[in-house]
This record gives sequence, C-alpha cells and structure tokens, in this order.
Amino acid sequence: MIERIGRAAVRGTEAAGRFGRFVADLARALPDVPTWGPLLVVQMRRVGVDSLPVVMFIAAFTGIVLALQASYTFTGTVPMYIVGTVVGKTMMLELGPVLSGLALAGRVGASVAAELGTMKVTEQVDALETLAYDPQSYLVIPRVLAGTTMVPLVVALGTVVGITTGWLASLALLDLSTPEFVKGLQFLYKFKDTWYGLVKSASFGLTITLVGCIVGLGTRGGAEGVGRSTTAAVVYSAVLILVLDAFWAMLLL
Amino acid sequence: MIRFEDVHKGFGPKQVLAGFTLEIRDGETMVIIGYSGSGKSVAIKHIVGLLHPDSGEVYVNDEPVSQLDRAGLTAVRREIGFVFQFAALFDSMTVFDNVALGLRRQGLGDDELAERVHESLALVDLTGTDDKMPAELSGGMRKRVGIARAIALRPRYILYDEPTTGLDPVTSAVMDRLMVRTREHLGVTGVVVTHDMRSAYTVGDRIAMLYEGTIRQVGTVAEIQHTEDPVVRQFIEGRPE
Repeated sequence: MIERIGRAAVRGTEAAGRFGRFVADLARALPDVPTWGPLLVVQMRRVGVDSLPVVMFIAAFTGIVLALQASYTFTGTVPMYIVGTVVGKTMMLELGPVLSGLALAGRVGASVAAELGTMKVTEQVDALETLAYDPQSYLVIPRVLAGTTMVPLVVALGTVVGITTGWLASLALLDLSTPEFVKGLQFLYKFKDTWYGLVKSASFGLTITLVGCIVGLGTRGGAEGVGRSTTAAVVYSAVLILVLDAFWAMLLL
Repeated sequence: MIRFEDVHKGFGPKQVLAGFTLEIRDGETMVIIGYSGSGKSVAIKHIVGLLHPDSGEVYVNDEPVSQLDRAGLTAVRREIGFVFQFAALFDSMTVFDNVALGLRRQGLGDDELAERVHESLALVDLTGTDDKMPAELSGGMRKRVGIARAIALRPRYILYDEPTTGLDPVTSAVMDRLMVRTREHLGVTGVVVTHDMRSAYTVGDRIAMLYEGTIRQVGTVAEIQHTEDPVVRQFIEGRPE
C-alpha cells in the first residue's frame, strides 16, 4: 500500500516536472515568430472555422431546449419574458462555453493528439529536430495560440446562434413576442456576462490544445499508443474544462 | 570529426550503451553493425542530440553535444543530415516540400531553394516526383526522398539509420550506390547503421561492431572480413551459433 502511494507520488511529481518543462520550453520558443507565424493561420482555420458546424449545431438545439425548459419551469409563476433572461444568461455564462468546450475537446483535442502522436511514433518530430526546427515553435505554439484565440470566437458565434434559436422557439412554440424576449434578454444583463464567457472560453481553448500537444508529443508505442493518447487527450481536456469552469465561477462570479 | 567517449545510456533497467567509445574521422564512412536491438540507432541519435547520454559524451567538431544550449545544438544540427530508418517523411507535405523544409529554415530564396531541391532529387534519381505525396511512394522511394532531404542541406556529416532494412536486394543495392554517390559528390563524412553485411562492405571504409553496449571490434572492411573474433565472425557470416 505504502509502496503504491510512493509510486503514485513519484509519477505525479514526474508528470508535474514534465509539464513545467514543457511550458518553460513553450515560453522559450515564443520569440521564434518567423517559424510559428506562417503556420498560425492554418491552425486558426482548423481549430476555428472547421469547428463552426459542430458548435453551431449544439448551440442551436441548446437554445431551443433552454427556451422550452424555462417556459415549463416558470409558467404561471413569473412574467414569461424571463425566458429571454434564462436563454441569454445561460448561453453566455455556462452552456455556450462549456458545451462548446466539451465538443471541441473531442474534435480539436483528439485531432491534435492524434496528429502529433502519429508524428512522434513515425519519427517525424525527430526529423523536424534534425532539420534544426524546434518542435515547440513549429508544432505547439501555432496550435495553442489558435486554440486560445479561436475558441472564444467560435463560442461567441455559438452563443449568438443559441440565443437566436431560443428566440425563434419562443416565437413559434411559446407565444412570446419579440419585444418580450428582448426585454428578458436585457433584464439583469451585465457586460460581465459577455466577457466572463469569453475569458472562460479562451482558457478552454488553451487547455484543449495544450493538453492535445503534451499528450500527443508524449506518445509511445505505435498505433496503439496513438489511440491511447487520443483518448487521454479528450478525457483530460474534458475533466480540466469542468474544473476550470468551477474555478472561474469561484473567482469571478 | 565525431567522437563517442565512454557513453552510457539505459532505458529503465536495460543498459543499451555501456562504455561506447568510437571515433569517426572526417571524410570516411563508418559502418556500425550489430544485432537488432543492440543500440546502434540509439548511438547515432546521440550525435544529433535526440538522445542524451547518462554519462560520457559525444563530440561533434569537438563540441560536447549534450552540453550545448538550443542555439548551439541547432548550429551542430545544421551540419548533419539524418536519414531515418522508415524515412520519417512529413506525410502531409509533398516530396518537394519535404526536401525544401530544411532549406527554408536556412533562409534560401525561392529560386535557389527550388534549384537545390531538384538537384537533390536528381541525385537520388527521383526527378519529376515533386508533387507526389509520401503515401504514393514505395518504401525504397521514400528512403531516397529521405536521403534527398538530408543532402539538400549540404551537410558535413550524414547519418543513415538502417538504410536498407525492409528493401528487396535490388533496391538495397540502389541505396548502397546512392550512399557511395552521395559521398563522392558531396565529400561528406558518413555514419551508417546496419546489419546488412553486403551493404556494410559496399559503403564502408571502416566497420565497427557494437556488442553488449560497447565496440567489440573496429577496423577496415578487410580487417573485419578476416577477423578472428568469434562474435564478429558469427555475426558477419550470419551463423545461428
């Protein structure tokens, strides 16, 4: 038992050390703009533009369900314009960022881990190094910067879509008028609702891509190893997103 | 000159290199032979700093590789071309971009870069394959692109990791001829890791046998062919016992 705890402690310390070293290497590589600069746009397209359909799809249905659930909960108790408040607040503060974050952990995190994992086990990462490229500059920084900047944008668009479908559902299914829905949206709105969701989304984007890169570049053992890394990246990202969600709520709300 | 000095390297409980000492002289092609899993590839990965020794040191141009900072290591790597066992081509890039990648790092202009890429591809008999993707190439062609990528950089040293493994005898002979041609055209110092004795005799000036973590014997091709060391004899003759 004591031996097991000791081993776990050693593994944990080693993992923390590896993470610290990875982040230090990342910081060291940041000034190497000529290497990562040209690759950033490609990664921003992959992380951001290519993720739009899945995030829009999730947001659209979330908005509809939120409107219907709010109506179900509040009918006969409070004025129905509160439906707009619930849809707006919930999309901006919680469901927009978190549901999109979890979806992107599956789409982007898995893709980054699988791509870098394959490069690692086929010695492409070693080949990059022998060509005098720093893998941190060439592979990691463009992905992490793309994740940190594009995920908030994607979430912002998703939030707009979710609120729009919530509004349309309110008009079509709940007999709520547009002025009532807009009144609900404005009721209790604070500018913080907007930036809080975006800050949270940026931290999710950073986490998803950083975890994907760390796990991917740590891959060992061929195709099976790539599979393990892909699964691990999704699981770690999803867990960290939920932990970060609670962290930001405690810190900023 | 490349020099291994008493290099020790282990992975967990397995000690792969245990006092590995070897000197590779400028202009020669040194072939390192040994059983599968004996640590040949591990040894040459120390030369480019992909692995670091647990103790001992590897010197390239008298620079201790494991003690270099990032800039120093990059400077050493610019002088070395590495041909990987399975080519390690970037599978999302065309043949042209694979060969050009290292040249872009050196800041070559577009015209000079294209000229250098085509010259390197011609040297490995792959003219006209610019737009092909690695997945469209045979194993032998992939290895030749790997050589083109290495020689495009005009390195002082070229390291070949199992260049003929997995190839048919004719393609292996083509690879041997390319290695000889590369040396003749570019005058590079070569280190070839292999267990293919025909290839070793064809391309090598000297042959070193790695056995149980150390160099068992090093000598010219003729010296190795006439060795009386039973371990080396058994290996070069391919006898099971």
